[in-house]
Amino acid sequence: MNEPLIDPLVWLILLPLAWATLAFVLGPGRGGWLAIAGLVAQCWLAFNLAQQVSAGVAVVHAVGGWGAPLGIDLAVDGLSAAMLLLTQTVALPLAIYARSYFKASDPAGAGFWPLTGFLIAGMNALFVSADLFNLYVTLELVGLAAVGLVAAGGGAQQVAAALRYLFATLVGSGAYLLGVALIYGVYGTVSIATLLPLVTNEVPRLVWIASALIVSGLILKTALFPFHFWLPPAHGGAPAPVSALLSALVVKASFYLILRLWLGPLQSVLPAFGWLLALLGAAAIFWGSWQAIRAVKLKRLIAYSTVAQLGYLFLIFPLLAAPAALQAAVMQAFAHGLAKAGMFAAAGVLIKATGQDTVAGLAGAVERLPVTMFAFALSGITLMGLPPSSGFLAKWQIIQAALAQGHWIIVVVVLAGGLLAAVYVFRVLRLGFLSTPENVTFTPVSRVLEWSAFALAAASVLLGLRGVELIQLLGART
Amino acid sequence: MTSYELVPLAVLASSLLPGLIIFALPDGWVGVRTSLNVFAAIGKLGLVALLLDGVAAGENYGVRYAVLPGLELSLQADALGMLFITLSAVLWLFTTLYAIGYLEDKPRRSRFFGFFNLCVTATMGISMAANLFTFFVFYELLTLSTFPLVVHRGTDKAMKGGTIYLAYTLLGGTALLTGIVWLHHLLGHTEFAHAGIAAALGPEYAGQLKIIFLLLITGLGVKTAMVPLHGWLPQAMVAPAPVSALLHAVAVVKAGAFGIVRIVYEVYGVEFAQSLELLLPLAIFASVTIVWGSLRALFQDDLKKRLAFSTVSQVSYIVLGVALFGPIGTIGGLVHLVHQGIMKITLFFCAGNYAETLGIHKVSEMDGAGRRMPLTTLAFSIGALGMMGAPLTAGAVSKAWLIDGALAASMDWAVWVLWTSSLLNAAYFLPILWRAWFRPVPVAWPEEHIPRHGWRETAWLLLLPPLVTAAATLAAGTLSDSDVTPLAWAKLIAEREYVGRSVP
Repeated sequence: MNEPLIDPLVWLILLPLAWATLAFVLGPGRGGWLAIAGLVAQCWLAFNLAQQVSAGVAVVHAVGGWGAPLGIDLAVDGLSAAMLLLTQTVALPLAIYARSYFKASDPAGAGFWPLTGFLIAGMNALFVSADLFNLYVTLELVGLAAVGLVAAGGGAQQVAAALRYLFATLVGSGAYLLGVALIYGVYGTVSIATLLPLVTNEVPRLVWIASALIVSGLILKTALFPFHFWLPPAHGGAPAPVSALLSALVVKASFYLILRLWLGPLQSVLPAFGWLLALLGAAAIFWGSWQAIRAVKLKRLIAYSTVAQLGYLFLIFPLLAAPAALQAAVMQAFAHGLAKAGMFAAAGVLIKATGQDTVAGLAGAVERLPVTMFAFALSGITLMGLPPSSGFLAKWQIIQAALAQGHWIIVVVVLAGGLLAAVYVFRVLRLGFLSTPENVTFTPVSRVLEWSAFALAAASVLLGLRGVELIQLLGART
Repeated sequence: MTSYELVPLAVLASSLLPGLIIFALPDGWVGVRTSLNVFAAIGKLGLVALLLDGVAAGENYGVRYAVLPGLELSLQADALGMLFITLSAVLWLFTTLYAIGYLEDKPRRSRFFGFFNLCVTATMGISMAANLFTFFVFYELLTLSTFPLVVHRGTDKAMKGGTIYLAYTLLGGTALLTGIVWLHHLLGHTEFAHAGIAAALGPEYAGQLKIIFLLLITGLGVKTAMVPLHGWLPQAMVAPAPVSALLHAVAVVKAGAFGIVRIVYEVYGVEFAQSLELLLPLAIFASVTIVWGSLRALFQDDLKKRLAFSTVSQVSYIVLGVALFGPIGTIGGLVHLVHQGIMKITLFFCAGNYAETLGIHKVSEMDGAGRRMPLTTLAFSIGALGMMGAPLTAGAVSKAWLIDGALAASMDWAVWVLWTSSLLNAAYFLPILWRAWFRPVPVAWPEEHIPRHGWRETAWLLLLPPLVTAAATLAAGTLSDSDVTPLAWAKLIAEREYVGRSVP
């Protein structure tokens, strides 16, 4: 077999581990350039990988030469290649943003680079893992790194939010692990490929319990309504680059895992939960949007918007019989990932400039910080699902899939959710358009911050003009 | 890429790129911004002329591009689209000139012209859209890019107007999207075609198609400002005069009316729409709007609001013409799309001149304005007489064709609607003219900003555009039989839409 010299699968995990370790050795607040260089290489690898998968090349790597069922297998299909691509492309601009956001002596940024490196390594490993236990390990790594990032702010509120988050993430992965243990007890394997033919329509009750445990653990980690309680304080309280990473990427990891099991080993069991998840998703859209409409603080508003936007991801579960539903889910993950990263980044600029984290403090922001407000508006267009953004394409596909299967109620929820999003997005924008009050001063802000937020937001809109490649990638047969 | 694909893209780019560049310019760079604006507008006119020539000769300018598998952004220059494009491109040039004069020395000019250019880009896209998906993309872009213009002044009142505008248009957009996705689901595509595409579905779909029609017309009716969906238009008058002139007299409301034309002729097909019994309700909907808008206009003292309600009424003439089953009504409706645009923009330019020069915002302040600003008032009078349908103006031509169309479709009641509206038009325009020309000049104007210099009653950039459009109003009325008028083009469109029927 022809082993390529640079196996992107392995390097996508090793590179972030390497720069995280180096950053740790270099000391607090250092290592930003290393991270950026590493992420540039990772972006290249992820693109490369996506191209290979799209072309139909099977990409599997047996760690240490030991394949399943003895060793650990890493495997990539269209879905995981897409998630890898999303992770790297969102993380790179955020790293550039964070480097200029945290001043060298800022205690909030002290552990940022090592923790981010471990977080990204964990996520990349999660997307390529091919057995349930390995997935647990990566899930735990992601969760702990994320809690560390939230706690790094150091304030009493942030530590409280981090503890709440820690509790949620531990309970979530605990439930998942218990489910995996039960499955191992029944089938004697945790490899996804081996499980696939074993789990049939006639499964023992134990597998049902295991599936319920796994799904509830994962929706707790994805912050699906009503398990979202930990998300707004954690995402709303952390420093802006951390909020952006968590909202854009981390919650998608556990969602990816549900999707992976749904389409893979547990495909005969999980669809029973389809309408329950969609119902919770719909509730999330309404509750999250309503809380965002009422929020006083800007970052709280954006965090609740995440709760609402995650709801769309769960609407697709009853529709997964049609391929358009999976495409819609991935498109929504991309749309929300790029847009929410851009929006939190823009919020970080606004908070630095106005010195306060309130929606009301934004009067006159359009005149003073046009680039940032433009970024906020572009992200908002994606979140509202207005054309020509990727959010629009995601909604279009959900609606098409729902119509094809005659589920009108989902169409109504999607359209109503878009209108509610418009209410909270324009709540911010219209304030920005007011004439600047005379007693307000804006602190000057680095252009790097403004433009990296803008790049993310613009990417979320531009993806709406070119979704074909992404769909091809998902449809690739390996 | 061939030139047949490039020209439609160039038409979009000729306002999109200048718009994006202008955003980046500092406010003080007046020269660069002005030349960019003017050259872009003139360049676009050149491209439009090229397209007009090609389309008249039957050539096919179009470009397609897949966003998702099975979902395409598709632009196509056809006769109907060219009517709207030409109108917008010509009026854009004059409004740009007007806006340069109007905004002189005011803050946030780069932002204004940036969004202004985006609006024009959206209008071009709406005109050239070859399927409903593309239409919707640009339709929503128009909503988004007009919002910053409505709230441009940054006052609380502007915010209120802007918020109401958004509430109406986003709700309308949602209704429109629902209809489009539904139709896309049934047909698998939404490409426009001359005899319509909906007829391909069997008779068992008639019920669904009626609901879809209702959704589409509701969505478009918001921008067309059809009663009871018109509430945003008078509120949006807080915008600066050039915005009211181009966007709220021409681009935005016409985008809705134009969409209705597309839906009736090229999605449903006029014969099929008639067989589903959709045209009569549409005609009634339009007639109610025509009368109600005129009635409300009677009681407005604010000049721009009176004009706004007049717009509500007049734009529905187009819808009425479309709903009159038969080529004559079609020609009447289409030609009014252009004529109403020319006349109403004249009136808004003049209203802006009164406000900028003398601080006149209300009808009750108009006494003697004709003596102080004779040229502006002359243009205003021509526009107003045109709206009433007075002979020798563009309005007379539209009204004659609409009335003939109503008679040909044996809908005599529609003739009464048109006559009633004309009477009401006279009732709310003639008092303004009487005040302006015959009442004595007051001791002091409310707020005189621009002093008189010889014959120049105001800044020349403010004076020139209304005079040109007023002259165009007269030209369209007197030369309507020649080959280069909007009427001739409307006849060409009617020939292409009513395949196999004789067109006068």
